[in-house]
Amino acid sequence: MIAQSFNYEAPHTLTEAIHLLQHYGDDAKILSGGHSLIPMMKLRFASPAVLIDINNIPGLSDIIIDGDTIKIGALTREVQLEHSDLLKEHYPIFADVTKQIADPQVRNRGTLGGNLAHGDAANDHPAVMLALGASVIATGPDGSRSIDINDFFQGFYTTALEQNEVLTEIYIPVPPDHTGSAYHKLERKVGDYATAGVAVVLTMDGDICKNIGIGLTNVNAVPMRALRSEEFLKGKPLTDQNVKEAGKLASEDCAPSSDLRGSEAYKRDMGAVLVRRMIASALSRVK
Amino acid sequence: MIQCKTSKAIGGMGHSMKRKEDARFIQGKGHYVDDIKLEGMLYMDIVRSPYAYAKIKNIDISEAMKVPGVAAVVTGKDLEKYNLHWMPTLMSDTQMVLPTDTVMYQSQEVAAVIATSRYAARDGREAVKVEYEPMKPLMDPYKAMDPSSPVLRTDKKDKKDNHIWHWEVGDKNKTEEVFKNAEVVVEQDMYIPRIHVASIETCGCVADYDKINNHLTMYMTTQAPHAIRTVIALVAGHVGLTEEKIRVVSPDIGGGFGGKVPVYPGYVIAIAVSFLVGKPVKWIEDRSENLQADSFARDYHIKVEMAGTKAGKIQATRFKVLADHGYTDAAANPSKFPTGMFSIGTGSYDYDTTFMEADAVYTNKPPGGVAYRCSFRVTEAVHAIERITDRFALELGRDPADLRFQNFIKKEDFPWKSPTGWSYDSGDYHAGLKKAMEAIDYEGLRKEQIQKRAEGKLMGIGISTFTEIVGAGPSKDFDILGIKMFDSAEIRVHPTGKAIARFGTKSQGQGHETTYAQIVAEVLGIPAENIQVEEGDTDTAPYGLGTYASRSTPTAGAAAAVAAKKLVDKARKIAAHLLEVSEDDLEWEPGKFWVKGAPEKSKSIQEIVFAAYTNFPQGLEAGFEATHYYDPPNLTFPSGAYICVVDIDKETGHITVRRFVAIDDCGHIINPMIVQGQVHGGLTQGIAPAMYEELIYDEEGNMLNGTFMDYLVPTAVESPSWETGHTVTPSPHHPIGAKGVGESPTVGAPPAIANAIVDALSPYGIKHLDIPITPFKVWKALKEKGVI
Amino acid sequence: MKINVTVNGTAHEADIEPRTLLVHFIRENLNLTGTHIGCDTSHCGACTILLDGQSVKSCTILAVQANDKTIQTIEGMAANGLHPLQEGFHENHGLHCGYCTPGMIMRASELLANNPNPTEDEIRWGISGNLCRCTGYNNIVKSIQYASAKMRGETPASTEPQFV
Repeated sequence: MIAQSFNYEAPHTLTEAIHLLQHYGDDAKILSGGHSLIPMMKLRFASPAVLIDINNIPGLSDIIIDGDTIKIGALTREVQLEHSDLLKEHYPIFADVTKQIADPQVRNRGTLGGNLAHGDAANDHPAVMLALGASVIATGPDGSRSIDINDFFQGFYTTALEQNEVLTEIYIPVPPDHTGSAYHKLERKVGDYATAGVAVVLTMDGDICKNIGIGLTNVNAVPMRALRSEEFLKGKPLTDQNVKEAGKLASEDCAPSSDLRGSEAYKRDMGAVLVRRMIASALSRVK
Repeated sequence: MIQCKTSKAIGGMGHSMKRKEDARFIQGKGHYVDDIKLEGMLYMDIVRSPYAYAKIKNIDISEAMKVPGVAAVVTGKDLEKYNLHWMPTLMSDTQMVLPTDTVMYQSQEVAAVIATSRYAARDGREAVKVEYEPMKPLMDPYKAMDPSSPVLRTDKKDKKDNHIWHWEVGDKNKTEEVFKNAEVVVEQDMYIPRIHVASIETCGCVADYDKINNHLTMYMTTQAPHAIRTVIALVAGHVGLTEEKIRVVSPDIGGGFGGKVPVYPGYVIAIAVSFLVGKPVKWIEDRSENLQADSFARDYHIKVEMAGTKAGKIQATRFKVLADHGYTDAAANPSKFPTGMFSIGTGSYDYDTTFMEADAVYTNKPPGGVAYRCSFRVTEAVHAIERITDRFALELGRDPADLRFQNFIKKEDFPWKSPTGWSYDSGDYHAGLKKAMEAIDYEGLRKEQIQKRAEGKLMGIGISTFTEIVGAGPSKDFDILGIKMFDSAEIRVHPTGKAIARFGTKSQGQGHETTYAQIVAEVLGIPAENIQVEEGDTDTAPYGLGTYASRSTPTAGAAAAVAAKKLVDKARKIAAHLLEVSEDDLEWEPGKFWVKGAPEKSKSIQEIVFAAYTNFPQGLEAGFEATHYYDPPNLTFPSGAYICVVDIDKETGHITVRRFVAIDDCGHIINPMIVQGQVHGGLTQGIAPAMYEELIYDEEGNMLNGTFMDYLVPTAVESPSWETGHTVTPSPHHPIGAKGVGESPTVGAPPAIANAIVDALSPYGIKHLDIPITPFKVWKALKEKGVI
Repeated sequence: MKINVTVNGTAHEADIEPRTLLVHFIRENLNLTGTHIGCDTSHCGACTILLDGQSVKSCTILAVQANDKTIQTIEGMAANGLHPLQEGFHENHGLHCGYCTPGMIMRASELLANNPNPTEDEIRWGISGNLCRCTGYNNIVKSIQYASAKMRGETPASTEPQFV
């Protein structure tokens, strides 16, 4: 399998990258980890005329705490997320999710920014970011802007990024006390896209669920939050019955399609099961 | 463990000798077909059909010819001029090399682009414009059998339907009688899905035709180089490529499993192009082409029934098969039975009544019917009998192990004549199952299961006790295009006592370079280290039928032992001459002759061989060489007892194989390490179709999982830690008492896994699930029963 | 495009098309054919090499992306004799056809660099991006455990096959 010919640009600064994006317009695609894009090009499902490789731009792969925000560079590789002590301390959900993404070699290349910017509801980070209440920083010719993750995923493989913007950073809040998080996906074999996946981030006030974010993977055309489930649980104790109801609401609200991974009904049901299980798992990690 | 006659230094049978072939593979020096680079070599890429069934209206190559580097585009019309557009299949059917008017399955070859680089060839392929008129494909074999369905093979004169063949064996009337009067009858419809061997190396070749010498060297991924040479001569003899002008070289093979037995159109096109342009042509499939167009395995729809007494005695079985062969019957099945050895399906059980029938049908799917680490339909048959035996046990409320013990053929009853006519050479089924049960603590597991069931948890234990049938095959029943299924060994011992041994088989990872050397070492006493094994070059190796169907040890391995034995006989003459005694006064142990009663008067095999070149008795031919072509008197009948334990997540259907114990009996073991390795690998290729793999088509004939993203080859995470062991029941007719083993685990594992899963679900009235048994299938079954 | 790469310690300069896959560059331009192609879609791992010390799938990386970087392939695993992993695969029958072996060894080398004493489960997950169709993985796990022990200066477990 061999891609169609293209031009290759490898800018060393963000400004240069944005300039190239402006210059080439729709003919250009950004290359970061490349493990979604290059296979598509080899299969000739995608044939961009220009690839703008942003891997040589420094400063886009740091994980730092800045006040009450954790800032993660868009070029941060999955492997960094998996082993980051800072993230392990605050959000074990990152170790959960990265371990289940593809395989070690792919995780050596794949980036958080790429995973989000691809806009694929089958990718795992969108659900996690929705559960975390993240913001996405997009940098374009006029500087940077912050996009609420809830506004970021706009449609099938479509995001709020403008053609001339580069996704540069992801902001997530430092978790308040008594917060726990967890992610799991059902997969046909290790490294597969999710049959269904659920991310839960919750903050407790004693026995009461003070706040909760629930993101769903691959059970909807667009990455989605289980909003009704979240609303239902906020301010309530996480009893078996309440949690079960939250799962049911999520399964009603998602819109999976039947495919080789299973029927629509199966995926809805798995959504419900995983919502329950991930709430339990997140709860067990509250600290 | 068998008693080794030779010391570790000699390294004969029974030693876990480290493999001689490893050195090159672990250092990146394996030599596979895509590693071959010849001066002036061109690259070929193939345009394939997006439709499963369509008329070709037009092929426009003009844009492709403009692509820089493209040298030629070849279509069926071009090949038609040389009468090379069709070729025979190994089942005496016909297959298109390139179509002239109609495509019969998705991804069928439509045209070939030849270019100066791989990249240019692919660009050229994209630029070929083909105009199709799509037609409604026939994808359902039952529909295809319907007389009202359109006839697919309109190329065959007078063909009025899609039926390929009918086959039956056994006693129909007697079987009906037994079923009519039986106390208990169970039946089950099952589908053994279409799967793909998916060796990690795809198929490919370099065809190198030398115009001046009118000589073709064909480097190709083939498990059977000699047979391929003959086939090429039969197909292309009329254009001057006669058999002595053809050399087929099978380099290192990156896994075969049966998928590298057939002759694919790509090979033939590459030869044709090389012949026409006089330059070497390389063709290497990509993974999608491999999955979508190469020969499939299985695709058997089976109805199986069992009749027996309430006391658990099996009395009769009945099998009815519909075999979907795709658009042509290109099965690799060198027997006189169109279903191969499906008739082993009466299993390991002692009863005398069966009736089996099968029909084969054309559909708009890729052709094949090859192995997936087990050809000849043994896997299908074993799955059917082992599943129905469990159904029978379930029906009676009997423990499936207990029921098997009751019905096993007894050790003392071998050779045992099966109701379908096979003569099982040997076996000890009771010992195998007993050993497996002890190893896994069967009783403890059953107790645990009672506890788990009380807690509402799903835990299952599955058994399979199978009989394999390998070593194809005796010339009365087996041939390829008339060529009998012997195999060969040629041993040449050099003056200094070191040897080269050549064989008609071809290793694809089985370790022949080591095990054949060990067989020769065992017989001759020359250290295995000093025996170089060579295969795969038709110019040097003796004619043989190749490696598949676990036949290498039963055939070529036997040939090695017999040829080595011939050398011992010659050595005796030389030793008698050297020691100045009569031959009768000599004693032999591997490696030396000595004078009876005077062990200090001896000659080592090395001294004897040296004498064969320097000081041989008058009248004796000089040199020290022997060749043997071994026509097996019978097949060999390896067996196994496998037990699998699964835990199932009731809510998600997720299945975990907690433990899997496999006890195999392949007779005398040449190299325990290699046999165990074969079993491990075969088990993973057993869990694969049991739980993960299936080629899936939609109604329009689109293959839905043509990459490794969706064709789910198990990784080290899905594959459990296998526990293996063996019993040893030597084959009585094989020169070294060995049987094949490579395929046994792939045959035996799927029913053990399926039986375990069904066992876990059986409290809820679930009696059967077709493989691959996925979490979704489990969830669906539990949902339908109202359990969740 | 011109690129400079250091492969197994040797500097190379080459002029290539941007679409040239790293695996093709290694195999065809440099004639290092120990790195194999198995699936084209980054699922099988046969093409695994080390890029600046990290294991990556060279079928899904462009050769131009390796500009100014160092590459290690199976051919560069040991200057003299065998690397403990190569030895481990031989001693423990960790290979049959040998096609996946170079990728497996390259992947395992990074695994052991990051985790010198992995558990069986960590090894299985650690090689989950490498398909082997022959061995059933038991002996690959054992091979990596052997190398792990050896590289830690310990005596590896017996390489004799264990039967139940």
